Amino acid sequence: MKISFVINNKKVSLDVEPSMRLLDVIRNELHLTGTKEGCGEGECGACTVLINEEPVNSCLYPAINAANKNIMTIEGFRETNEYRVIADAFADRGGSQCGFCTPGMILVTYSLLKKNPHPSEEEIRFALSGNLCRCTGYQAIVDAVKVAAVKGIKL
Amino acid sequence: MKMKKFDTSVKKVDNEEKMSGRAIFTGDIQMDDAYFAIQVRSEKAHAKLKGIYVPKLPKDYYFISAKDIVKENVVNIIASDWPVFADKKVNYIGEAIGLIVGPDKGMCMYLASLVKGEYEELEPVFEMKNSYVHKEFTKGDVSKFKSAKKVFSEEFTTGYQEQVYLEPQAMLMYIQNDQIVVKASMQCPFYIHKAIMRTLGCKEKDVRVIQPAVGGAFGGKEHYPSLMAAQLATAIVKIKKPIKMFFDRKEDITYTTKRHPSKTEISAYVDAKNNIIGVKIHVGIDGGAYVGCSMVVLSRALIAATNTYTFENVSVSGDAYCTNKVPSAAFRGFGSPQSIFAFELFINHLADYLKVDRMELRMKYLVKQGDITSTSGLFRDPIILKELVDKAMEMSDYKHKVKLYSKEKSYRGIGLSMFLHGCGFTGSGESDLIKAQLRIKKDKNDIVTFYTSQVDFGQGNRTTLKRIVVDTLGIPEDHVIYDAPDTNETLSTGPTAASRTIIIVGGLAAKAAQHLKSIWKDGEEQEIVEPYVGPAYIKWDEATMQGDAYPGYAWGVNIVEVSVDPVTYEVNVEGCWSTYDVGHAIDERIIMGQADGGLAQALGWAYLEKEVAENGMFKQRTMSDYAIPTSMDLPVLETEVLDNPFKYGAFGAKGAGELTFVGGAPAFALALEQAIGKKVHDIPATPEYIMELMNHEN
Ligand code: FES
Ligand code: FES
Repeated sequence: MKISFVINNKKVSLDVEPSMRLLDVIRNELHLTGTKEGCGEGECGACTVLINEEPVNSCLYPAINAANKNIMTIEGFRETNEYRVIADAFADRGGSQCGFCTPGMILVTYSLLKKNPHPSEEEIRFALSGNLCRCTGYQAIVDAVKVAAVKGIKL
Repeated sequence: MKMKKFDTSVKKVDNEEKMSGRAIFTGDIQMDDAYFAIQVRSEKAHAKLKGIYVPKLPKDYYFISAKDIVKENVVNIIASDWPVFADKKVNYIGEAIGLIVGPDKGMCMYLASLVKGEYEELEPVFEMKNSYVHKEFTKGDVSKFKSAKKVFSEEFTTGYQEQVYLEPQAMLMYIQNDQIVVKASMQCPFYIHKAIMRTLGCKEKDVRVIQPAVGGAFGGKEHYPSLMAAQLATAIVKIKKPIKMFFDRKEDITYTTKRHPSKTEISAYVDAKNNIIGVKIHVGIDGGAYVGCSMVVLSRALIAATNTYTFENVSVSGDAYCTNKVPSAAFRGFGSPQSIFAFELFINHLADYLKVDRMELRMKYLVKQGDITSTSGLFRDPIILKELVDKAMEMSDYKHKVKLYSKEKSYRGIGLSMFLHGCGFTGSGESDLIKAQLRIKKDKNDIVTFYTSQVDFGQGNRTTLKRIVVDTLGIPEDHVIYDAPDTNETLSTGPTAASRTIIIVGGLAAKAAQHLKSIWKDGEEQEIVEPYVGPAYIKWDEATMQGDAYPGYAWGVNIVEVSVDPVTYEVNVEGCWSTYDVGHAIDERIIMGQADGGLAQALGWAYLEKEVAENGMFKQRTMSDYAIPTSMDLPVLETEVLDNPFKYGAFGAKGAGELTFVGGAPAFALALEQAIGKKVHDIPATPEYIMELMNHEN
């Protein structure tokens, strides 16, 4: 069936099959490969995108449910000022190693800071807990979120 | 908010591409006409393969098997015993008996499910009883063991560990300019290169391996990609179409190589005055169906078996056992975490047995510069282990806490581990086997390009190696080009493994840059190939395991604090403090990243990550069943590096990648022991295991 949605501020319409995951549409149809597949079962968060500003695991999200929604992937988010602040904070603290978890981590950081501009250590760790990272031990990512919070994402 | 300033750090070269999602990983490469390959796998752990039933395949679909092997049905991994495709016999569940290749992935999967091996079952072996590699060595005079007044013996076990690099195994292969081109998630481009040459019997120039972005590896992409490459190469010469093979997470966990489970037995021989006459150690590791690299893993486990302690008389032996399970292979630490876990616990238990203070006993036998290693080599360089211990104790308030928590039923504990890691390949492996050669050139505009075969799968080596060359030449950063390996351009500087990248390749890069600088002529094209020359003092006999095992050692101390819930038996890690001697840390931010990541994986191995095989099949096959640490499982990780420049490393650096994994599990286990007042011998220490310990008398 044909659906339309807004992705990265652009309206798209395309045919999807009922079995298609949003992740497949994003990666295979729209060729937005910044969104990754780490597990395909909702465990790792590498496939995180924002749907109406909320982080969602796109590997569990049926594409047809995206109809009329507003989707943001890393490709759209990287054009924003908020991205710059968060990415600089990640660079400062060493929050990205292999980088496979990083786009997801950055989107989750944004959604946390938007709701809670000055989160505590616990709140940060809780917000990140759906996104796995095997490289950093999370310390540098948690610190990066703190640095971004101090700078403020609404520049 | 107090956070360390990384004064010594430079911007990581790959930051922006990784954060913005622009980095191209293997699965991100667009190649719409590529066929898919799906492994058809054995359902039996041990059986004769009498035949393979293949349904009639639609047009453009192929079944590739041992019959299609061009030259040699063997994967070029050290032992050369692992076939590309099972032929006449299968030795583990999941062993590939063939590939289905074709244009539609869903169709390939369907067809693969129809292919059936015809088996005659054989008796499988799952326990560690049939040794396929045995090694042993002694130091001093082990006949003195007989004079002991007391003998104390214990046994320790550790479990499987899955790497869980966030990007599963992925490979793309195509033909371009008469070359087979491979892009894959990999650690060692030249391992893949050789694997293809060997199975096809083709020439070096017929194969080209290019490294895209790699989403973590930790040892798990050292050897398995060679198997995938040999399989796809067999298919591509027949089909002549681009082919991709991407594993989903379940396939990756269920069928790819993991850390060796281990069983270590240790005895200490003690005289009447509580002096340790010597120790005897046997390390057994479960190698799975094929040896692969298990002999090297075993050898590292044995060399590290007395950890950071020196004894006059030592007997060390070990076996790698053949079982009908997925072959075990490389994982950060490469055998030494298993034997060091055992020895760190053992020496503490021994102190209790002898009724002496734990720390006092450990300090009495602590290794010093000038001591003889267990393989009768020499600890040549200054050792600052005592300083590392003092610093870590101070950071964690260890002395106070260890007293405080010794009160009954505090359900809290703190543990301290010391450990070392030999950097580089064992013995003369660097000079005799690897023979790294580094190519560096300069164009007419004085832009320098250098090439290594080192893969940056997150460790930051692309940044650090570049910096070594930039700083040595003393030219601006943007006058140096250093790209990911492409075997058409790069000579082999060896695999990205064994914590050798900075100590060996970094040293070689500095030397090459120095050489170029010494002959530098402005505005001229110049090129140098710099060969690795090992330090002359390294003498090693692999057969007898005697001599200097490594060019240098890195050292560390971990302190872990835990609390245990006496009702649910769940453990919380409350704090971690670490100190390291990695020589001179060239880039502190990168070292911190290794420190945090290594320790997090080690804690996962110690208490969260449980993988067991039942009748040859892994029970935990998804990421929900096999839990790695989340941000909620870990506390703030505090780390300090102490400076102790290494004579032969680039800018004084030693290796850091694996060291940071080695001490987490014993520190955790010692903390747990204090919290529950029971001795720990096995990991992972799951709630079930802790319940069992707590409900037992001793
Ligand atoms: S790929 Fe979606 S959560 Fe892992
Ligand atoms: S940086 Fe590698 S998984 Fe997070």
